[in-house]
Amino acid sequence: MFTDAHVASTMLSKVLTGIRGFDEITHGGLPAGRTTLVLGGPGCGKTVFALQTLVNGVRDSSESAIFVAFEESAERILSNAASFGWNLATLTPSELFFFDARVTPETVTAGEFDLIGMLAILEVRAAEIGARRIVFDGIDQLLSLLDDPAAERREAYRIHDWLLRTGLTGIITQKVSGNESDQRYGFLQFTADCVVLLRHQVVDGSAFRNLRVTKYRGSGFSADEFPITLTHAGLQLTNRGPTELRYDVSDERVSTGLARLDHMLKGGYYRGSNALISGAPGTAKSTLAGLFAAAACARGERTMYVSFDEGASQIVRNLRSVGIQLAPHVDSGLLKMFSTRTRGPNIEDQFGDLRAIVQQHNPTCLVIDPLSALSSKLSHAASADAAQHFLDFLKVRAITVVNTSLLDGLNTDEATATGISTIADTWIHMSYVVQDGERNRALTIVKSRGTGHSNQVRELVLADDGVTLTDVFVAQGKVLMGVARWQWENESAAARQSADEALERRRLHLQLSQAEANARLEVIRSEMAARSAELALLVREEGSATDLAAVDTATLRTLRFADEEPSDTPPDAPPKKSRLRRGA
Amino acid sequence: MPTRGSTGPALKLRLYVAGNGPNSVLARHNLATLCTTAFSDVCDLEVVDLLEFPHRAIADDVVVTPTLLRVSPLPALRVIGNLSDAGKVLAMLRAT
Repeated sequence: MFTDAHVASTMLSKVLTGIRGFDEITHGGLPAGRTTLVLGGPGCGKTVFALQTLVNGVRDSSESAIFVAFEESAERILSNAASFGWNLATLTPSELFFFDARVTPETVTAGEFDLIGMLAILEVRAAEIGARRIVFDGIDQLLSLLDDPAAERREAYRIHDWLLRTGLTGIITQKVSGNESDQRYGFLQFTADCVVLLRHQVVDGSAFRNLRVTKYRGSGFSADEFPITLTHAGLQLTNRGPTELRYDVSDERVSTGLARLDHMLKGGYYRGSNALISGAPGTAKSTLAGLFAAAACARGERTMYVSFDEGASQIVRNLRSVGIQLAPHVDSGLLKMFSTRTRGPNIEDQFGDLRAIVQQHNPTCLVIDPLSALSSKLSHAASADAAQHFLDFLKVRAITVVNTSLLDGLNTDEATATGISTIADTWIHMSYVVQDGERNRALTIVKSRGTGHSNQVRELVLADDGVTLTDVFVAQGKVLMGVARWQWENESAAARQSADEALERRRLHLQLSQAEANARLEVIRSEMAARSAELALLVREEGSATDLAAVDTATLRTLRFADEEPSDTPPDAPPKKSRLRRGA
Repeated sequence: MPTRGSTGPALKLRLYVAGNGPNSVLARHNLATLCTTAFSDVCDLEVVDLLEFPHRAIADDVVVTPTLLRVSPLPALRVIGNLSDAGKVLAMLRAT
């Protein structure tokens, strides 16, 4: 019955090299207790590969090691390795022991020799320090002294057998420079359990180092050729293999450094996302990148500004001219400026260096200005890969990245930046709008993954005291910019003013007529009062006159001593009389 | 009689071998023959089996076997191989 543990024990065990990428493509490193052959021309990094594996073994797995040097002295190897941040000097001989196996030029060879003695010495040493790994660096140097293919083969087998017997994990490095040599030591490739081929290649004047695993007994591996880089951290692979993109995403927003742009992006960039600012030369790409960096520092975040072809101090000065202060953050150590040349070391190494610096500074926000400086080299698949892989590396570390990308001329063709733009989560495009004899900067958001965004074209204005996005002025279907916008702004202000004035006039006018109407109303009211008074007077006058008439008639009758009037005369005669008077 | 080295054992040699490996056996034999024919009694030869005394080999920076050291007269010299090329060995041992 097979248990998992049983299967595991029967499986080939491996030891990690600690070389980034290599352990992945070999699914766990080198075969433990077996021989690995590292082949390559001069300067391909064979020794680095071997030494790095030992150093990592000591550091990461506490496995002591022996380095057998056939070509160079221990001092020479140590000084060559000093450029890597391995701190070899801190390793004691009981952790990493250098065995000088050089045969001095004065040594006379008189007849055949063998490696029995050397292996016996190494076995004693290995037992003394408890070594688990061993490197035979430049074995061909010694074997060639034998000057006999049969003897060379025999000694190579002797090492191989010795490794099997002692159970040490061995790396044998060997120069190959041409087909002839390949065949001469071809047998080594048959005996070794794992064969790693390092190659130097020059494409368009740029040097590329590649690594390929050509053989791995009892194990699967990626047989592709992988670009490698030599960085401060040592040799590392740029894995082009089908790796799963796995990283945590965040809903947190990071300010772009420009409040209005934040608003256009509904809150800013996503943390850990990758923003691309593309545009023609001078469209303020660096300024936007600078704003982002300054805002990040202001929040107290560790930030890194990587610039190509423009010195750090120049960038700091230029950004100061638009009111962006980076110098205090550089001084405080929060902001790391890193400037490099694009036509310097090859692009693989450049990204390798960058990676090492990123690991060292450990930023949460990063600017690459411009990423497209590499575009001339991006034509090479390895370079595009390196860029892509570097961005993936940043993404996995949840670093928010702002890249600028130069688009040549005024052509805003998206194809130009396709390589980079597909990686970008947010793409802001800067362009010049030439209108009415002016050139103004326009900002548009081309895309923003996972967030709504404004579709407006906005004008970006740079001034001594800062950078702003102006209000939008649309007229006749065009967004107005520059002087046209200013004019429009003034005109509309003037128009607003005259409209206000007209309104005020109209209000006053109405007020006046209202007052007039009120006054008229008052006059009429007075008139009414007067008429009422007159009317009352009239009524009173009329009443006294009737009484008088009645008195008069009675008085006359009395005076005349007349009889009672006949009944034909109605008693209401006075109204007849009054009617008469009124008629008069 | 050799003309050189007649005033005592001026020639001091040390041969490192690895047990009874073929080259070690050959070297021992070749050197013994050479000493008796070319240097007779004035040859002080020490044979060290590296498998028994590895630390002596380490002290003498021995890498391969067999290795022959001329300890004196100075300058110190070394020959590697099974010493089958007698001419080369003699030339080296007589060098000044």
